[in-house]
Amino acid sequence: MLWFVLRRGGAALIVLFLASVLIFLGIRALPGDPALVMAGEDATPQAVAAIRHAYGLDKPLPTQYVDYVGQVLSGNLGRSTQDQLPVGQILVERLPVTLELSALALLVAIMIGVLSGIVAAVRRGRLADYVATGFGLIGLSVPHFWLGLLGILLFSVTLHWLPASGFIPFTQDPAGNLQRMVLPALVLGTGFAAVLMRQTRSAMLGALSADYVRTARSKGLSETKVVGAHALRNSLTTVITVLGLQLGALISGAVVVEQIFVLPGFGKLTIDAVLTRNYPVIQAVVLVTVTGYVLVNLLVDIAYALLNPRVRLSGGSRG
Amino acid sequence: MSLLEITDLTVGFDTEDGTVHAVKGVSFGVERGEILALCGESGCGKSVTAMAVPRLLPSATTRLSGSIKLDGRELTVLPEAEMRRIRGKEVAVVFQEPMTSLNPSFTVGYQITEVLRRHERLSARAARARAVELLELVGIPAPHRRVGEYPHQLSGGMCQRVMIAIAVACSPQLLIADEPTTALDVTIQAGVLDVFRDLRDRLGTAIILITHDLGVVADIADRAVVMYAGRAVEQAPVEELFARPRHPYSLGLMRALPAAAVVGPDGRRRLTEIPGMVPSPLSDPQECAFHPRCPSAQADCTASRPPLERHGDAHLAACFHPGGHP
Repeated sequence: MLWFVLRRGGAALIVLFLASVLIFLGIRALPGDPALVMAGEDATPQAVAAIRHAYGLDKPLPTQYVDYVGQVLSGNLGRSTQDQLPVGQILVERLPVTLELSALALLVAIMIGVLSGIVAAVRRGRLADYVATGFGLIGLSVPHFWLGLLGILLFSVTLHWLPASGFIPFTQDPAGNLQRMVLPALVLGTGFAAVLMRQTRSAMLGALSADYVRTARSKGLSETKVVGAHALRNSLTTVITVLGLQLGALISGAVVVEQIFVLPGFGKLTIDAVLTRNYPVIQAVVLVTVTGYVLVNLLVDIAYALLNPRVRLSGGSRG
Repeated sequence: MSLLEITDLTVGFDTEDGTVHAVKGVSFGVERGEILALCGESGCGKSVTAMAVPRLLPSATTRLSGSIKLDGRELTVLPEAEMRRIRGKEVAVVFQEPMTSLNPSFTVGYQITEVLRRHERLSARAARARAVELLELVGIPAPHRRVGEYPHQLSGGMCQRVMIAIAVACSPQLLIADEPTTALDVTIQAGVLDVFRDLRDRLGTAIILITHDLGVVADIADRAVVMYAGRAVEQAPVEELFARPRHPYSLGLMRALPAAAVVGPDGRRRLTEIPGMVPSPLSDPQECAFHPRCPSAQADCTASRPPLERHGDAHLAACFHPGGHP
């Protein structure tokens, strides 16, 4: 198991290295010379060269890359071109909002998606199955912005149950924070729940018709044990794989949802940064997103191995 | 009283083409400590007949009539909760595919202790110790190590022994073994059959052995029920059946055994096959289902269906023109 984690961790580091190279080169490949921009229109060639030298832009690319990685690792992500604030500080402010939104949405998705998927599979061809599958189809088809607007219209404008927008940090006012996060989390989680429901349902249908489920029944076990232990355990690998893959979609969904509910999160930061060509911020946002994605997939791999003994042992020594 | 008494069992499955009857009016009994072979070709209804006993057929689509009595209790009308107390405890099943019948995500030990903890209420520690004993009983070497391993770490023959260990964990009165050796290498088959024989001798377990292999029947069974197209066509003690098969279908099965190969005109030994195909389970004509493939069929075979009649001591056959000797 330790060997497995080390191997997967090594692979994740390689992916991170390649991603950082791509981000670095991507920024350098963009048209325009940052030194020219900073020096202004009427600058002398000497002034431009001085700036180039000051920012290390006259060094060969590999040297620049090493400098860049060194800066990133020491926590220096540069300064926003918009307000000259350190990018690191901006991230620290924005990241918790998105993390909370994503975590809540994930919770919603797992609770609704996995449970309804199990119920749909067990009650296949009956009312509960049709309801769950119908919900899944709607959840997949309705875009976030539409669902978000409908939610605001119903719960905020008509019923006055929840505030329409805004954000209060959890540490300041937990109740107020949750009150404002419930609707965005539901909106963001719904599509995800639909995907999870469909995957859970099909994985469970496969597992429920497997020979080992018949064996479990032949032991006189209760249906709860047959479904909850024997069938679900073998379906969870599929569910977790989907979970890992879909987290990317969750992040892009967060961009839209934060925009609708005016949450000061990562998604809103990204859109603002793109609109103002704020390269240091974009670069940092992409780097953090990639790191998060790689980390989540590493966790998925480890969970996979914990659930499935065949994965754990492949490549390692037997026994 | 017999341990198991099946009377006029009919099993149908709802399909898009209507109800398909896999078993049509089958009756037989199983005595305590007896090894009864249920034999016939694929699709003859032997597995469906046996799986109807612990009620392991898909309940939503199954239409069942007739009576199945275990120790005098009518199983067909028992509430599901009571049936669960019988499954694994009084009636246990060994399935055909050992590699897929064990759950790949749980250790062998867990899968054995699960049934012990369900029915015997053993503590985790006691169940574990018993699991090791059971693995030893079914002939698995190094049971202390194997008990913590996963099914994919074991061979097919080992997995089948584990399945048997699970099945006999609570010392059931009746063990149903559905083609237990079919998926195994020939070299392993004899060993698995020995385990069954040993269990019967030591624990007095009655065994219903489902098989299409008459070699296995001759090797281990006391009595055999031959099924064709959902009906029992012949029933006899094994020695009697092999010495004097009455039904032409049983005779055909025996002629298809390698030991019965005849020397053909080219000087090579050839097996005799039964010509034709098994009839579709959708049709149920009022005639002998075997007559299109039968060498001794005559006009009366299509006029009505031959009933199961006594042909000597404990020997039943459903044929208007039974054979005498092979």
